[in-house]
Amino acid sequence: MTGCVAGSKSLSDFDVLLHIADDELVIGWRDSEWTGIAPVLEEDVAFSSIAQNEIGHARALYQLLSDDADALAFDREPAEYRCSPLVELRFVPDWARTIARRVLYEAVDELRLERLKSSPDEAVAGLAAKIDREEAYHRMHAEMWRERLRDEPRFQEALDQLWPYAVAMAAPDERDELSRRFKRKIPSNSLLLGKEHGNHADGWPALWEEMTMVRRSIPGAAW
Amino acid sequence: MIYEVFRQERKGVAFEHAGSVAAPDEAFARAYAHEQYGRRGESVALWVVPRGSILEVEDFVDELNKNYHRVDGYSLKAKLKEARERAGVPAGGGNTR
Repeated sequence: MTGCVAGSKSLSDFDVLLHIADDELVIGWRDSEWTGIAPVLEEDVAFSSIAQNEIGHARALYQLLSDDADALAFDREPAEYRCSPLVELRFVPDWARTIARRVLYEAVDELRLERLKSSPDEAVAGLAAKIDREEAYHRMHAEMWRERLRDEPRFQEALDQLWPYAVAMAAPDERDELSRRFKRKIPSNSLLLGKEHGNHADGWPALWEEMTMVRRSIPGAAW
Repeated sequence: MIYEVFRQERKGVAFEHAGSVAAPDEAFARAYAHEQYGRRGESVALWVVPRGSILEVEDFVDELNKNYHRVDGYSLKAKLKEARERAGVPAGGGNTR
């Protein structure tokens, strides 16, 4: 891994924060693919804004982990990213699955932010609280769409399909709570296989290519 | 459904019309207004109102041209000049006491 890593965090804290930062960066990327083509103009603005917020959260987390957030965000090899396969899946132009992912993602994100907010590391706890205040709005957005699409078969199918990804994204001790919230059973281990963070979905290499393309075009440039 | 959005720039100042959003219900209208007119810190509060709830009044008849009802219909300058002439105070004579 390139990028100067701050030495004060223990390895496991570092891994957890990097996992979250990568999730936020990549879901921000995926959701920003809707910019200009969302179902209605108002949603286009709202959805793009949420995507941008997520990338902002990623930036703040990378800054906590490294003196060079850009290097940490963009200079790793695809296999070194720690994000969850859930956020890597490409859904455009499928709005039902896009919203199903947002709903599930925000639920898992809320659980892990709760935990981070009580971290003994003040910098981590403080940042988690700040991020959570913005996520509250994302949760509201996800909830209103969930309510609106509740009786839509395509949305229910999307939730069925993505549920194992969401469970795999959650830490093992957060899964019961997730299961309770969605009134869904925890899938068998074989269904979770390959969906936990650090594994990668099929669309990941292409997304990585695109995401790092400009950065790689002139290595070391000051932008 | 169209919702009209009014925004308040700072605490204490009047709300001004900002624009409108199309939304299927109140929850969406709130969220969209929030994004459209609040995400850059340009507002401290919004009023989001269904367009149909706005009572519009636009019929202002003034057939007899009663210009004294209008703010521009009463020229104070001319009246002052006349009053000064009657009192024998020269124009621009400053102290009216």
